[in-house]
Amino acid sequence: MSLVEKYPKEVEKILAKYPPEQKRSAVMPLLYMAQREEGFVDRHAMQDIAALVDITETEVASLIGFYTLYHDKPEGALRIQVCTDLPCALRGADKFLADLCEKLEIEPGGTTADGLITVEPVMCLAACDKAPMFQTQGSDGIKYHENMTVETTMELIEGFKKEVK
Amino acid sequence: MTHILLRHRDIPDINKIDVYKKNGGFQVFEDAVKKMKPEEVTAIVKDSGLRGRGGAGFPTGMKWGFMDNNNWPHYVVANADESEPGTFKDRELMESNPFQFLEGVAISSYAVGANAAYVYLRGEFWEVAAFLDEKIEEMEKAGYLGEKLFGSDYSLKIYTHLGAGAYICGEETALLESLEGKRGQPRVRPPFPPSFGLYGKPTVVNNVETLTNVPLILEKGADWYKSMGTADSAGVKVFSLSGRVRKPGNYELPFGATFRELIYEHGGGILDGRPVKAIMAAGASSSLIDVDDKALDTPMDYASVRDLGADLGSASVIVIDDTISIDWVINKTIHFFKHESCGKCTPCREGNYWMQSVIERIRSDEGTPEDVELLQNVAKQMQNKCLCALGEFATMAVVTGIERFPQDFKLPVRK
Repeated sequence: MSLVEKYPKEVEKILAKYPPEQKRSAVMPLLYMAQREEGFVDRHAMQDIAALVDITETEVASLIGFYTLYHDKPEGALRIQVCTDLPCALRGADKFLADLCEKLEIEPGGTTADGLITVEPVMCLAACDKAPMFQTQGSDGIKYHENMTVETTMELIEGFKKEVK
Repeated sequence: MTHILLRHRDIPDINKIDVYKKNGGFQVFEDAVKKMKPEEVTAIVKDSGLRGRGGAGFPTGMKWGFMDNNNWPHYVVANADESEPGTFKDRELMESNPFQFLEGVAISSYAVGANAAYVYLRGEFWEVAAFLDEKIEEMEKAGYLGEKLFGSDYSLKIYTHLGAGAYICGEETALLESLEGKRGQPRVRPPFPPSFGLYGKPTVVNNVETLTNVPLILEKGADWYKSMGTADSAGVKVFSLSGRVRKPGNYELPFGATFRELIYEHGGGILDGRPVKAIMAAGASSSLIDVDDKALDTPMDYASVRDLGADLGSASVIVIDDTISIDWVINKTIHFFKHESCGKCTPCREGNYWMQSVIERIRSDEGTPEDVELLQNVAKQMQNKCLCALGEFATMAVVTGIERFPQDFKLPVRK
Protein backbone atom coordinates (compact mmCIF):
# COMPACT_ATOMS: atom_id res chain seq x y z
CA MET A 1 0.00 0.00 0.00
CA SER A 2 1.40 3.40 -0.88
CA LEU A 3 1.71 6.21 1.66
CA VAL A 4 -1.14 8.15 0.05
CA GLU A 5 -3.41 5.12 0.23
CA LYS A 6 -2.45 4.49 3.82
CA TYR A 7 -2.60 8.04 5.17
CA PRO A 8 -4.55 10.11 2.59
CA LYS A 9 -5.71 12.87 4.97
CA GLU A 10 -2.35 13.27 6.62
CA VAL A 11 -0.47 13.51 3.32
CA GLU A 12 -2.89 16.19 2.19
CA LYS A 13 -2.45 18.08 5.45
CA ILE A 14 1.34 17.97 5.17
CA LEU A 15 1.36 19.18 1.56
CA ALA A 16 -0.99 22.06 2.47
CA LYS A 17 1.66 23.58 4.76
CA TYR A 18 3.81 24.65 1.82
CA PRO A 19 3.16 26.67 -1.34
CA PRO A 20 1.84 24.31 -4.08
CA GLU A 21 4.89 24.92 -6.28
CA GLN A 22 7.22 24.13 -3.34
CA LYS A 23 6.01 20.71 -2.35
CA ARG A 24 9.55 19.43 -1.99
CA SER A 25 9.44 21.02 1.49
CA ALA A 26 7.05 18.23 2.48
CA VAL A 27 9.75 15.59 2.10
CA MET A 28 10.89 15.77 5.74
CA PRO A 29 7.46 15.29 7.38
CA LEU A 30 6.70 12.57 4.84
CA LEU A 31 9.86 10.71 5.82
CA TYR A 32 8.80 10.77 9.47
CA MET A 33 5.44 9.37 8.44
CA ALA A 34 7.03 6.64 6.33
CA GLN A 35 9.19 5.30 9.15
CA ARG A 36 6.46 5.48 11.79
CA GLU A 37 5.46 1.83 11.70
CA GLU A 38 8.66 -0.06 11.01
CA GLY A 39 11.19 2.39 12.40
CA PHE A 40 12.90 2.81 9.05
CA VAL A 41 12.15 3.99 5.51
CA ASP A 42 12.03 1.17 3.00
CA ARG A 43 12.60 1.32 -0.73
CA HIS A 44 8.90 1.49 -1.60
CA ALA A 45 8.32 4.43 0.71
CA MET A 46 11.31 6.23 -0.82
CA GLN A 47 9.77 5.79 -4.26
CA ASP A 48 6.38 6.98 -2.97
CA ILE A 49 7.85 10.10 -1.43
CA ALA A 50 9.96 10.87 -4.48
CA ALA A 51 6.83 10.74 -6.65
CA LEU A 52 4.77 12.79 -4.18
CA VAL A 53 7.17 15.72 -4.05
CA ASP A 54 8.60 15.33 -7.52
CA ILE A 55 12.26 14.60 -6.79
CA THR A 56 14.38 11.53 -7.52
CA GLU A 57 14.62 8.51 -5.27
CA THR A 58 18.36 9.19 -4.96
CA GLU A 59 17.62 12.63 -3.53
CA VAL A 60 15.28 11.09 -0.97
CA ALA A 61 17.96 8.56 -0.02
CA SER A 62 20.53 11.33 0.39
CA LEU A 63 18.26 13.05 2.92
CA ILE A 64 17.95 9.84 4.92
CA GLY A 65 21.73 9.65 4.96
CA PHE A 66 22.20 13.30 5.93
CA TYR A 67 19.76 13.57 8.83
CA THR A 68 20.39 11.40 11.86
CA LEU A 69 16.74 10.82 12.80
CA TYR A 70 15.93 8.96 9.58
CA HIS A 71 16.89 5.33 9.26
CA ASP A 72 17.16 3.05 6.26
CA LYS A 73 17.39 -0.24 8.12
CA PRO A 74 15.55 -1.82 11.02
CA GLU A 75 16.96 -1.66 14.56
CA GLY A 76 15.35 -2.12 17.98
CA ALA A 77 11.68 -1.23 18.20
CA LEU A 78 12.71 1.36 20.77
CA ARG A 79 15.85 3.41 20.25
CA ILE A 80 17.34 4.88 23.40
CA GLN A 81 19.51 7.79 22.28
CA VAL A 82 21.74 9.01 25.07
CA CYS A 83 23.31 12.46 24.90
CA THR A 84 27.01 12.18 25.74
CA ASP A 85 28.08 15.63 24.61
CA LEU A 86 30.25 17.88 26.76
CA PRO A 87 27.69 19.36 29.20
CA CYS A 88 26.00 16.00 29.80
CA ALA A 89 29.37 14.24 30.04
CA LEU A 90 30.39 16.74 32.75
CA ARG A 91 27.45 15.31 34.70
CA GLY A 92 28.16 11.62 34.23
CA ALA A 93 26.56 10.79 30.87
CA ASP A 94 29.44 8.61 29.67
CA LYS A 95 29.25 6.46 32.79
CA PHE A 96 25.47 6.27 32.52
CA LEU A 97 25.73 5.01 28.92
CA ALA A 98 28.39 2.45 29.83
CA ASP A 99 26.45 1.18 32.86
CA LEU A 100 23.20 0.93 30.91
CA CYS A 101 24.86 -0.99 28.09
CA GLU A 102 26.52 -3.33 30.58
CA LYS A 103 23.17 -3.99 32.24
CA LEU A 104 21.60 -4.78 28.85
CA GLU A 105 24.65 -6.77 27.77
CA ILE A 106 25.22 -4.79 24.58
CA GLU A 107 27.84 -2.44 23.19
CA PRO A 108 26.90 1.23 22.65
CA GLY A 109 25.11 1.32 19.30
CA GLY A 110 23.98 -2.29 19.73
CA THR A 111 20.58 -3.94 19.97
CA THR A 112 19.42 -6.37 22.65
CA ALA A 113 19.17 -10.07 21.75
CA ASP A 114 15.36 -9.91 21.64
CA GLY A 115 15.65 -7.18 19.00
CA LEU A 116 13.60 -4.72 21.08
CA ILE A 117 16.02 -2.13 22.42
CA THR A 118 18.83 -0.23 20.71
CA VAL A 119 21.06 2.02 22.82
CA GLU A 120 23.16 4.59 21.00
CA PRO A 121 25.12 7.70 21.95
CA VAL A 122 23.91 10.85 20.15
CA MET A 123 24.88 14.49 19.89
CA CYS A 124 23.52 17.29 22.10
CA LEU A 125 19.76 17.16 22.74
CA ALA A 126 19.43 20.60 24.36
CA ALA A 127 18.67 19.32 27.84
CA CYS A 128 22.10 19.92 29.36
CA ASP A 129 20.76 20.86 32.80
CA LYS A 130 18.94 17.55 33.20
CA ALA A 131 21.70 15.01 32.52
CA PRO A 132 21.92 12.08 32.34
CA MET A 133 19.17 12.20 29.76
CA PHE A 134 18.11 10.51 26.55
CA GLN A 135 15.38 10.53 23.99
CA THR A 136 13.45 7.49 22.86
CA GLN A 137 12.58 7.14 19.22
CA GLY A 138 9.83 4.66 18.46
CA SER A 139 6.59 4.25 16.59
CA ASP A 140 4.89 7.02 18.62
CA GLY A 141 7.53 9.63 17.85
CA ILE A 142 10.32 11.10 19.94
CA LYS A 143 10.17 11.58 23.70
CA TYR A 144 12.59 13.10 26.21
CA HIS A 145 13.56 11.40 29.46
CA GLU A 146 15.55 13.58 31.84
CA ASN A 147 17.48 13.20 35.10
CA MET A 148 17.65 9.45 34.49
CA THR A 149 19.43 6.65 36.31
CA VAL A 150 20.09 3.10 35.12
CA GLU A 151 17.29 1.97 37.50
CA THR A 152 14.65 4.37 36.15
CA THR A 153 15.74 3.49 32.61
CA MET A 154 15.32 -0.23 33.28
CA GLU A 155 11.80 0.47 34.60
CA LEU A 156 11.03 2.31 31.37
CA ILE A 157 12.36 -0.60 29.33
CA GLU A 158 10.31 -3.14 31.30
CA GLY A 159 7.20 -1.01 30.75
CA PHE A 160 7.90 -0.87 27.03
CA LYS A 161 8.41 -4.63 26.83
CA LYS A 162 5.06 -5.27 28.53
CA GLU A 163 3.37 -2.92 26.05
CA VAL A 164 4.69 -4.65 22.94
CA LYS A 165 3.89 -8.15 24.20
CA MET B 1 13.25 39.83 39.78
CA THR B 2 10.23 39.79 37.52
CA HIS B 3 10.87 37.83 34.37
CA ILE B 4 10.35 39.24 30.90
CA LEU B 5 11.00 36.04 28.94
CA LEU B 6 10.68 33.22 31.49
CA ARG B 7 7.37 34.79 32.57
CA HIS B 8 5.89 31.39 33.38
CA ARG B 9 8.02 31.45 36.51
CA ASP B 10 5.97 34.42 37.79
CA ILE B 11 2.61 33.71 36.14
CA PRO B 12 1.41 30.12 36.45
CA ASP B 13 -0.39 28.66 33.42
CA ILE B 14 0.71 31.44 31.06
CA ASN B 15 0.87 28.68 28.43
CA LYS B 16 -2.94 28.69 28.50
CA ILE B 17 -4.46 31.16 26.08
CA ASP B 18 -6.94 32.77 28.49
CA VAL B 19 -4.23 33.31 31.10
CA TYR B 20 -1.95 34.83 28.48
CA LYS B 21 -4.76 37.13 27.32
CA LYS B 22 -5.60 38.16 30.88
CA ASN B 23 -2.00 39.30 31.22
CA GLY B 24 -2.23 41.58 28.23
CA GLY B 25 -1.44 38.97 25.61
CA PHE B 26 -2.05 39.71 21.91
CA GLN B 27 -3.03 43.32 22.67
CA VAL B 28 0.10 44.78 21.08
CA PHE B 29 -0.24 42.56 18.04
CA GLU B 30 -3.82 43.72 17.57
CA ASP B 31 -2.87 47.36 18.12
CA ALA B 32 0.04 47.07 15.68
CA VAL B 33 -2.12 45.59 12.93
CA LYS B 34 -4.92 48.11 13.52
CA LYS B 35 -3.01 51.29 14.22
CA MET B 36 0.63 51.05 13.18
CA LYS B 37 2.47 50.93 9.90
CA PRO B 38 4.85 47.96 9.57
CA GLU B 39 7.86 50.28 9.44
CA GLU B 40 6.80 51.90 12.72
CA VAL B 41 6.99 48.48 14.39
CA THR B 42 10.45 47.89 12.94
CA ALA B 43 11.58 51.33 14.11
CA ILE B 44 10.67 50.54 17.74
CA VAL B 45 12.51 47.23 17.64
CA LYS B 46 15.52 48.93 16.06
CA ASP B 47 15.47 51.64 18.72
CA SER B 48 15.25 49.07 21.53
CA GLY B 49 18.74 47.78 20.75
CA LEU B 50 17.48 44.18 20.58
CA ARG B 51 20.16 41.90 19.13
CA GLY B 52 19.80 38.36 17.84
CA ARG B 53 19.89 35.80 20.66
CA GLY B 54 20.92 32.83 18.54
CA GLY B 55 24.59 33.65 18.94
CA ALA B 56 25.57 36.19 16.30
CA GLY B 57 24.10 39.19 18.13
CA PHE B 58 23.02 40.98 14.96
CA PRO B 59 20.66 43.97 15.53
CA THR B 60 17.15 42.59 14.99
CA GLY B 61 15.38 45.74 13.78
CA MET B 62 18.16 46.38 11.29
CA LYS B 63 17.70 42.88 9.88
CA TRP B 64 13.97 43.49 9.44
CA GLY B 65 14.78 46.76 7.70
CA PHE B 66 16.91 44.93 5.10
CA MET B 67 13.91 43.12 3.57
CA ASP B 68 13.74 43.68 -0.17
CA ASN B 69 10.43 45.40 -0.87
CA ASN B 70 10.64 44.82 -4.62
CA ASN B 71 10.39 41.06 -4.27
CA TRP B 72 7.35 39.27 -2.81
CA PRO B 73 6.08 37.27 -0.96
CA HIS B 74 8.06 37.74 2.25
CA TYR B 75 8.58 35.05 4.89
CA VAL B 76 9.43 34.93 8.57
CA VAL B 77 11.24 31.87 9.89
CA ALA B 78 11.73 31.28 13.61
CA ASN B 79 14.94 29.40 14.25
CA ALA B 80 14.10 26.76 16.87
CA ASP B 81 16.88 24.41 15.87
CA GLU B 82 18.60 24.88 19.24
CA SER B 83 21.51 22.41 19.00
CA GLU B 84 24.61 24.05 20.43
CA PRO B 85 25.90 21.88 23.28
CA GLY B 86 25.10 23.89 26.40
CA THR B 87 22.03 25.67 24.98
CA PHE B 88 18.57 24.75 26.25
CA LYS B 89 16.67 28.02 26.57
CA ASP B 90 14.43 28.01 23.48
CA ARG B 91 12.82 24.74 24.45
CA GLU B 92 11.80 26.13 27.86
CA LEU B 93 10.44 29.30 26.24
CA MET B 94 8.35 27.37 23.71
CA GLU B 95 7.04 24.84 26.22
CA SER B 96 6.28 27.25 29.02
CA ASN B 97 5.64 30.66 27.44
CA PRO B 98 4.53 29.67 23.92
CA PHE B 99 2.09 32.47 23.21
CA GLN B 100 4.59 35.22 23.88
CA PHE B 101 6.93 33.56 21.39
CA LEU B 102 4.16 33.06 18.82
CA GLU B 103 2.98 36.65 19.29
CA GLY B 104 6.58 37.68 18.60
CA VAL B 105 6.47 35.66 15.38
CA ALA B 106 3.18 37.34 14.47
CA ILE B 107 4.44 40.87 15.17
CA SER B 108 7.64 40.34 13.19
CA SER B 109 5.59 38.91 10.32
CA TYR B 110 3.41 42.02 10.30
CA ALA B 111 6.50 44.26 10.45
CA VAL B 112 8.03 42.69 7.33
CA GLY B 113 4.76 42.03 5.49
CA ALA B 114 4.90 38.24 5.66
CA ASN B 115 1.67 36.28 5.38
CA ALA B 116 3.30 32.96 6.21
CA ALA B 117 5.76 32.14 8.96
CA TYR B 118 7.51 28.86 9.69
CA VAL B 119 8.85 27.70 13.04
CA TYR B 120 11.74 25.38 12.21
CA LEU B 121 12.30 23.08 15.18
CA ARG B 122 15.05 20.52 15.52
CA GLY B 123 13.60 17.05 14.93
CA GLU B 124 14.23 16.04 18.52
CA PHE B 125 11.68 18.71 19.60
CA TRP B 126 8.91 16.45 18.29
CA GLU B 127 6.77 16.93 21.39
CA VAL B 128 7.37 20.69 21.41
CA ALA B 129 6.21 20.93 17.78
CA ALA B 130 3.01 19.02 18.55
CA PHE B 131 2.42 21.33 21.51
CA LEU B 132 2.98 24.46 19.38
CA ASP B 133 0.59 23.09 16.75
CA GLU B 134 -2.12 23.01 19.42
CA LYS B 135 -1.30 26.56 20.49
CA ILE B 136 -1.37 27.80 16.90
CA GLU B 137 -4.79 26.22 16.45
CA GLU B 138 -6.04 27.96 19.59
CA MET B 139 -4.78 31.27 18.21
CA GLU B 140 -6.57 30.61 14.92
CA LYS B 141 -9.82 29.87 16.74
CA ALA B 142 -9.47 33.02 18.82
CA GLY B 143 -8.94 35.13 15.68
CA TYR B 144 -5.26 35.98 16.19
CA LEU B 145 -4.14 34.05 13.13
CA GLY B 146 -5.89 33.58 9.80
CA GLU B 147 -7.48 35.75 7.13
CA LYS B 148 -8.09 39.51 7.47
CA LEU B 149 -7.06 39.85 11.08
CA PHE B 150 -8.90 42.30 13.33
CA GLY B 151 -10.90 43.58 10.37
CA SER B 152 -7.76 44.64 8.48
CA ASP B 153 -6.42 43.37 5.15
CA TYR B 154 -3.58 41.58 6.90
CA SER B 155 -3.56 37.75 6.94
CA LEU B 156 -1.12 35.41 8.64
CA LYS B 157 -0.58 31.68 8.99
CA ILE B 158 2.08 30.10 11.21
CA TYR B 159 3.34 26.56 10.54
CA THR B 160 5.76 24.32 12.41
CA HIS B 161 8.35 22.31 10.51
CA LEU B 162 10.56 19.63 12.06
CA GLY B 163 14.18 19.13 11.14
CA ALA B 164 15.66 15.67 11.59
CA GLY B 165 18.88 15.88 13.55
CA ALA B 166 21.56 18.18 12.13
CA TYR B 167 23.33 20.90 14.15
CA ILE B 168 24.22 22.71 10.94
CA CYS B 169 20.56 23.59 10.35
CA GLY B 170 20.88 26.22 13.06
CA GLU B 171 22.91 28.19 10.52
CA GLU B 172 20.26 30.27 8.82
CA THR B 173 20.96 29.45 5.19
CA ALA B 174 21.36 25.72 5.95
CA LEU B 175 18.06 25.95 7.81
CA LEU B 176 16.39 27.45 4.74
CA GLU B 177 17.80 24.69 2.52
CA SER B 178 16.45 22.12 4.96
CA LEU B 179 13.05 23.82 5.03
CA GLU B 180 13.04 23.58 1.25
CA GLY B 181 13.43 19.81 1.58
CA LYS B 182 17.14 19.61 0.85
CA ARG B 183 20.19 18.55 2.80
CA GLY B 184 21.00 21.30 5.29
CA GLN B 185 24.13 22.77 3.77
CA PRO B 186 24.91 26.49 4.05
CA ARG B 187 24.58 28.75 1.03
CA VAL B 188 27.18 31.15 -0.27
CA ARG B 189 26.49 34.58 1.20
CA PRO B 190 25.78 37.24 0.02
CA PRO B 191 22.96 37.32 -0.91
CA PHE B 192 21.63 37.22 2.64
CA PRO B 193 18.14 35.92 3.50
CA PRO B 194 16.45 39.37 3.61
CA SER B 195 17.07 39.55 -0.14
CA PHE B 196 17.26 35.83 -1.04
CA GLY B 197 15.78 33.53 1.59
CA LEU B 198 13.14 30.83 1.65
CA TYR B 199 12.24 29.78 -1.93
CA GLY B 200 14.48 32.63 -3.06
CA LYS B 201 12.18 35.19 -1.45
CA PRO B 202 13.06 37.84 1.17
CA THR B 203 13.09 36.15 4.56
CA VAL B 204 13.77 37.16 8.13
CA VAL B 205 15.27 34.37 10.25
CA ASN B 206 15.15 35.08 13.98
CA ASN B 207 15.93 32.98 17.03
CA VAL B 208 13.10 31.96 19.39
CA GLU B 209 14.38 34.03 22.30
CA THR B 210 14.81 37.10 20.08
CA LEU B 211 11.19 36.91 18.98
CA THR B 212 9.94 36.28 22.52
CA ASN B 213 11.33 39.70 23.49
CA VAL B 214 9.29 41.53 20.87
CA PRO B 215 5.76 41.70 22.40
CA LEU B 216 6.95 43.36 25.61
CA ILE B 217 9.25 45.75 23.74
CA LEU B 218 6.23 46.93 21.78
CA GLU B 219 4.05 47.11 24.87
CA LYS B 220 6.47 48.97 27.13
CA GLY B 221 8.64 50.80 24.63
CA ALA B 222 12.23 50.90 23.46
CA ASP B 223 13.39 53.12 26.36
CA TRP B 224 12.06 50.67 28.92
CA TYR B 225 13.96 47.85 27.22
CA LYS B 226 17.16 49.87 26.94
CA SER B 227 17.00 50.73 30.62
CA MET B 228 18.08 47.12 31.26
CA GLY B 229 21.42 45.64 30.33
CA THR B 230 24.40 47.62 29.09
CA ALA B 231 24.95 50.24 26.38
CA ASP B 232 26.26 47.65 23.92
CA SER B 233 23.91 44.83 24.95
CA ALA B 234 20.42 46.09 25.74
CA GLY B 235 17.84 44.17 27.71
CA VAL B 236 17.77 40.76 29.30
CA LYS B 237 19.14 37.37 28.32
CA VAL B 238 18.35 33.81 29.24
CA PHE B 239 21.64 32.31 30.37
CA SER B 240 21.78 28.52 30.08
CA LEU B 241 24.06 27.36 32.87
CA SER B 242 25.44 23.82 32.68
CA GLY B 243 28.43 21.70 33.63
CA ARG B 244 29.95 21.32 37.08
CA VAL B 245 27.55 23.61 38.98
CA ARG B 246 25.16 22.64 41.74
CA LYS B 247 22.06 24.08 40.12
CA PRO B 248 22.26 24.00 36.32
CA GLY B 249 19.36 25.63 34.51
CA ASN B 250 18.11 28.70 32.72
CA TYR B 251 18.50 32.04 34.43
CA GLU B 252 17.12 35.26 33.02
CA LEU B 253 19.37 38.18 33.92
CA PRO B 254 20.10 41.60 32.49
CA PHE B 255 23.15 41.74 30.26
CA GLY B 256 26.09 42.84 32.36
CA ALA B 257 25.52 40.47 35.27
CA THR B 258 28.83 38.81 36.10
CA PHE B 259 29.88 35.20 35.68
CA ARG B 260 30.33 35.10 39.45
CA GLU B 261 26.73 36.14 40.05
CA LEU B 262 25.43 33.53 37.58
CA ILE B 263 27.56 30.68 38.87
CA TYR B 264 27.53 31.33 42.63
CA GLU B 265 24.31 33.25 43.36
CA HIS B 266 22.05 31.47 40.89
CA GLY B 267 23.90 28.27 40.11
CA GLY B 268 24.69 27.50 43.76
CA GLY B 269 28.45 27.28 43.16
CA ILE B 270 30.56 24.35 42.01
CA LEU B 271 29.99 20.67 42.81
CA ASP B 272 31.99 19.56 45.87
CA GLY B 273 33.08 23.19 46.37
CA ARG B 274 35.84 22.92 43.77
CA PRO B 275 37.28 26.01 42.03
CA VAL B 276 36.23 27.01 38.50
CA LYS B 277 38.97 26.19 36.02
CA ALA B 278 37.46 27.22 32.70
CA ILE B 279 34.28 28.68 31.27
CA MET B 280 32.81 28.21 27.82
CA ALA B 281 30.40 31.13 27.50
CA ALA B 282 28.94 30.24 24.09
CA GLY B 283 28.58 26.47 24.31
CA ALA B 284 30.85 23.99 22.58
CA SER B 285 31.87 26.55 19.96
CA SER B 286 33.42 28.79 22.63
CA SER B 287 36.93 29.84 23.23
CA LEU B 288 37.94 28.54 26.65
CA ILE B 289 38.21 31.28 29.25
CA ASP B 290 41.03 30.66 31.72
CA VAL B 291 39.24 31.60 34.92
CA ASP B 292 40.66 33.86 37.62
CA ASP B 293 38.94 36.48 39.81
CA LYS B 294 39.01 39.02 37.02
CA ALA B 295 37.25 36.63 34.65
CA LEU B 296 34.61 35.77 37.27
CA ASP B 297 33.89 39.46 37.81
CA THR B 298 33.53 40.16 34.11
CA PRO B 299 30.10 41.45 33.08
CA MET B 300 28.35 39.11 30.68
CA ASP B 301 27.74 41.36 27.70
CA TYR B 302 29.00 41.05 24.15
CA ALA B 303 31.86 43.54 24.45
CA SER B 304 33.19 42.54 27.87
CA VAL B 305 33.34 38.82 27.08
CA ARG B 306 35.16 39.65 23.85
CA ASP B 307 37.78 41.46 25.95
CA LEU B 308 38.44 38.13 27.67
CA GLY B 309 39.33 36.60 24.31
CA ALA B 310 36.01 34.79 23.94
CA ASP B 311 32.44 35.39 22.80
CA LEU B 312 29.11 35.47 24.61
CA GLY B 313 27.28 33.93 21.65
CA SER B 314 24.02 32.36 22.78
CA ALA B 315 25.11 32.69 26.44
CA SER B 316 25.33 28.96 27.03
CA VAL B 317 27.68 28.97 29.97
CA ILE B 318 29.42 25.62 30.45
CA VAL B 319 31.39 25.53 33.70
CA ILE B 320 34.47 23.33 34.01
CA ASP B 321 36.11 22.72 37.38
CA ASP B 322 39.64 21.66 38.30
CA THR B 323 38.82 17.94 38.22
CA ILE B 324 38.52 18.11 34.44
CA SER B 325 41.45 18.04 32.02
CA ILE B 326 41.17 20.26 28.97
CA ASP B 327 42.37 17.57 26.54
CA TRP B 328 39.22 15.64 27.53
CA VAL B 329 37.11 18.75 26.89
CA ILE B 330 38.42 19.33 23.39
CA ASN B 331 38.14 15.62 22.61
CA LYS B 332 34.41 16.05 23.26
CA THR B 333 34.05 19.22 21.17
CA ILE B 334 36.05 17.76 18.26
CA HIS B 335 33.87 14.64 18.17
CA PHE B 336 30.79 16.83 18.12
CA PHE B 337 31.90 19.04 15.25
CA LYS B 338 33.31 16.14 13.27
CA HIS B 339 29.90 14.48 13.47
CA GLU B 340 28.04 17.68 12.62
CA SER B 341 30.17 19.00 9.76
CA CYS B 342 27.86 19.02 6.76
CA GLY B 343 30.69 18.11 4.40
CA LYS B 344 30.32 21.01 2.02
CA CYS B 345 33.59 22.85 2.67
CA THR B 346 36.79 20.83 2.52
CA PRO B 347 38.68 22.49 5.43
CA CYS B 348 35.84 21.71 7.85
CA ARG B 349 35.02 18.24 6.54
CA GLU B 350 38.64 17.05 6.40
CA GLY B 351 40.01 19.19 9.22
CA ASN B 352 37.57 17.87 11.80
CA TYR B 353 38.26 14.31 10.71
CA TRP B 354 41.97 14.91 11.06
CA MET B 355 41.64 16.67 14.41
CA GLN B 356 39.71 13.71 15.73
CA SER B 357 42.40 11.20 14.87
CA VAL B 358 45.11 13.44 16.37
CA ILE B 359 43.24 14.11 19.65
CA GLU B 360 42.56 10.40 19.99
CA ARG B 361 46.28 9.72 19.61
CA ILE B 362 47.13 12.45 22.12
CA ARG B 363 44.80 10.83 24.63
CA SER B 364 46.24 7.37 23.99
CA ASP B 365 49.62 6.13 25.18
CA GLU B 366 51.23 7.08 21.90
CA GLY B 367 50.82 10.85 21.86
CA THR B 368 53.87 13.10 21.50
CA PRO B 369 54.49 16.86 21.83
CA GLU B 370 54.53 16.99 18.02
CA ASP B 371 50.94 15.75 17.96
CA VAL B 372 49.87 18.71 20.07
CA GLU B 373 51.61 21.07 17.64
CA LEU B 374 49.99 19.25 14.73
CA LEU B 375 46.55 19.58 16.27
CA GLN B 376 47.05 23.30 16.82
CA ASN B 377 48.31 23.64 13.26
CA VAL B 378 45.35 21.82 11.69
CA ALA B 379 42.90 23.90 13.72
CA LYS B 380 44.50 27.18 12.67
CA GLN B 381 44.51 26.14 9.03
CA MET B 382 40.77 25.54 9.12
CA GLN B 383 40.06 29.12 10.23
CA ASN B 384 38.63 31.70 7.81
CA LYS B 385 38.21 29.18 5.03
CA CYS B 386 34.61 27.96 5.25
CA LEU B 387 31.25 29.20 4.06
CA CYS B 388 29.69 29.18 7.50
CA ALA B 389 30.82 29.55 11.08
CA LEU B 390 30.91 25.82 11.90
CA GLY B 391 34.40 25.55 10.44
CA GLU B 392 35.42 28.28 12.85
CA PHE B 393 33.48 27.01 15.83
CA ALA B 394 35.19 23.64 15.62
CA THR B 395 38.58 25.22 16.21
CA MET B 396 37.86 27.67 19.04
CA ALA B 397 38.17 25.30 21.99
CA VAL B 398 41.10 23.50 20.38
CA VAL B 399 43.23 26.57 19.76
CA THR B 400 42.44 28.33 23.04
CA GLY B 401 42.58 25.08 25.03
CA ILE B 402 46.15 24.34 23.93
CA GLU B 403 47.23 27.98 24.25
CA ARG B 404 45.65 28.73 27.60
CA PHE B 405 45.99 25.35 29.34
CA PRO B 406 49.39 24.03 28.15
CA GLN B 407 49.79 22.05 31.39
CA ASP B 408 46.99 19.72 30.23
CA PHE B 409 48.85 18.88 27.02
CA LYS B 410 52.26 17.94 28.42
CA LEU B 411 53.22 14.71 26.69
CA PRO B 412 56.46 12.76 26.94
CA VAL B 413 58.95 13.00 24.09
CA ARG B 414 59.18 9.54 22.50
CA LYS B 415 61.74 8.04 20.21
